[in-house]
Amino acid sequence: MSLPPRLPPTRRALLRLSRHRGATAAFAVLVLLTLACLVGPFLTGHAPERTYPDLRQLPPGFAAQPDADHLRPALDRLAFRIRAAVAQAEMADGVLRLVLASEAPIDARGLVYLPRSDLFGEPRIVARDDEGRRLTVAVPVRKLHFLLGTDVHGRDLLSRSLVAGRVSLLIGLTATLVALGVGIVYGAVAGFAGGAVDAAMMRVVDILYALPFVFFVIVLVVFFRASLVLILIAIGAVEWLDMARIVRAQTLALRRRDFVRAAEALGLSAATIMRRHIVPNTLGPVTVAATLLVPRVILLESFLSFLGLGVQEPATSWGVLIAEGARSLESAPHMLAGPAAFLVATLVALNRLGDGLADALDPRADA
Amino acid sequence: MTGYVLRRLLQAVPTLFVVIAASFFLMRLAPGGPFDLERPLAPAAMDNLRRVYGLDQPLAVQFGRYLAALARGDLGPSFSFRDLTVADLFARGLPVSMILGGLALAVSLILGVGLGALAAYRRGGWLDRLVGAGASLGLSVPSFVVAPLLQIAFGLSLRWLPVSGWEGGAPTHLVLPVITLALPQAAGIARLTRAAMAEALRAQHVRTMRSLGLPPWRVARHALRGALLPVVAILGPLSAALLTGSVVIETIFGLPGIGRYFVEGALNRDYTLVMGTVVLVAVLVVALNLVADLVSAWLDPRLRLHA
Repeated sequence: MSLPPRLPPTRRALLRLSRHRGATAAFAVLVLLTLACLVGPFLTGHAPERTYPDLRQLPPGFAAQPDADHLRPALDRLAFRIRAAVAQAEMADGVLRLVLASEAPIDARGLVYLPRSDLFGEPRIVARDDEGRRLTVAVPVRKLHFLLGTDVHGRDLLSRSLVAGRVSLLIGLTATLVALGVGIVYGAVAGFAGGAVDAAMMRVVDILYALPFVFFVIVLVVFFRASLVLILIAIGAVEWLDMARIVRAQTLALRRRDFVRAAEALGLSAATIMRRHIVPNTLGPVTVAATLLVPRVILLESFLSFLGLGVQEPATSWGVLIAEGARSLESAPHMLAGPAAFLVATLVALNRLGDGLADALDPRADA
Repeated sequence: MTGYVLRRLLQAVPTLFVVIAASFFLMRLAPGGPFDLERPLAPAAMDNLRRVYGLDQPLAVQFGRYLAALARGDLGPSFSFRDLTVADLFARGLPVSMILGGLALAVSLILGVGLGALAAYRRGGWLDRLVGAGASLGLSVPSFVVAPLLQIAFGLSLRWLPVSGWEGGAPTHLVLPVITLALPQAAGIARLTRAAMAEALRAQHVRTMRSLGLPPWRVARHALRGALLPVVAILGPLSAALLTGSVVIETIFGLPGIGRYFVEGALNRDYTLVMGTVVLVAVLVVALNLVADLVSAWLDPRLRLHA
């Protein structure tokens, strides 16, 4: 592919990226996912923490709930509380014609249990026979939709997955930013200072590289009671090493370039040179590394949450939901499928975008 | 060579010290202790327990004692597994984790290098695209999603393999955990090998061999030697990743390895068990990094100059 000559490098990279089909698709998926997680929970019609005790572990689907299978047991339970038995139940146009029968006259006040159960609206007494021992009631059935089904407590999995996505994406982004900040500063200082300082600073990085980090993060998170902030710090503190190495290597190369020496000759301070000339020039590879770091962080967080060491109830993340799904795999496999699909889609898209960026920013690519 | 190994081992000492000190003080500064039960113990009993395990001493003294014991090879008693020392637990758990990790390492190397080299050789072909897509999926689907899927497919539906358990390391019990553990690593290795192999196939000496009309498999053999370097270079981090991965795998498949002891130990504030695991893993990672560097030097003569 040929690009018009003399475009500034950033524009060229963006142009190459926009022609990279996989990367643009991945970017679109990410934007959609993020938007869905941000506004989606308001549109599903179910608050994420709202439980429907009569509708537990529903399978996913477009059909309105409750269906016939779930209606009858719920009705029987309610009739028991009203101290009667269901003699007859017929559905017509979303209104249930219910005949309750009992040995003793039925107390109509018990009918308040019907609208309390999520499934029904206000009941209307149609007929009273047999000296009150037979009650005919018309009650509207609420139509509820659960696209991804419900979990063990009867919560809407779609809303929960979207809210969990907020946490996962937030951790992914913030921890990456922490790692980015620390890594850039550390790497730039080491590379710019050079000599003994550089050697000592890089020796520290080498030492840290040899640490069994995930074990460390687990110790940190478990012993200091898992909180969102702590997970962020722990992951960010672990993942800055690669960034520091990349930035240092770039800085070492830039350090010898004429424009940096010219800036030095002009008497600019080291901090100014780093801010104005070094760091902006390292942003290419750093962007690639950061894009590939986000999925790693999200994976690490869900790994911790899966083990029960990460995000704690009532907050939730994809790892938490996947762990719940894995526990009830036999009875309700959809509880794993929904959240796992969200997580995998996000990770695939981020990895694709990172690969596309790496190609687009590769200075050796034919322009 | 011997001098190099010795120097590297000496360099490992500060690394290990940092690991031990950091995890020791992190754990002790955290609130809570190993004897916090749901129903609190009587203060006198608590004091006795703390005295027996030396927890009543100042932190610095405890740290000194721990280091001294460690130098003798004593990892101390476990706080949560009654009547067992950490060494006893490792004697039980380490073989499990080692078998699991070793097999997964072999599987991921064979799969990854094989598929990666094939993809590079048939660059742009359907095989290349298939391996590329498979690798990117393998890197993105976490093992705690793969594991339940495999359990449901091969354990519950087809009933070919047991869902979980160890049973003394029976081969059928190993298949699913090893595959789950190896998959993401194999994906990473395949990508790495593909890139390195593509580069190696463009190298002058390989092009010369091709132009001389050597059969493809001989060309491939020479190219692979160069292409293996980056793979060997990540052997250290790779084995660390396998150790980490086995924490989840052992939990899901109910295997009695050190990963599972570690998680349980951390949840029970079992200081010595957690410390012991961290030290053990750090030693393993340092040793494996050294092995990886030695193999690299053997593969690439240019690296020997810097040794």
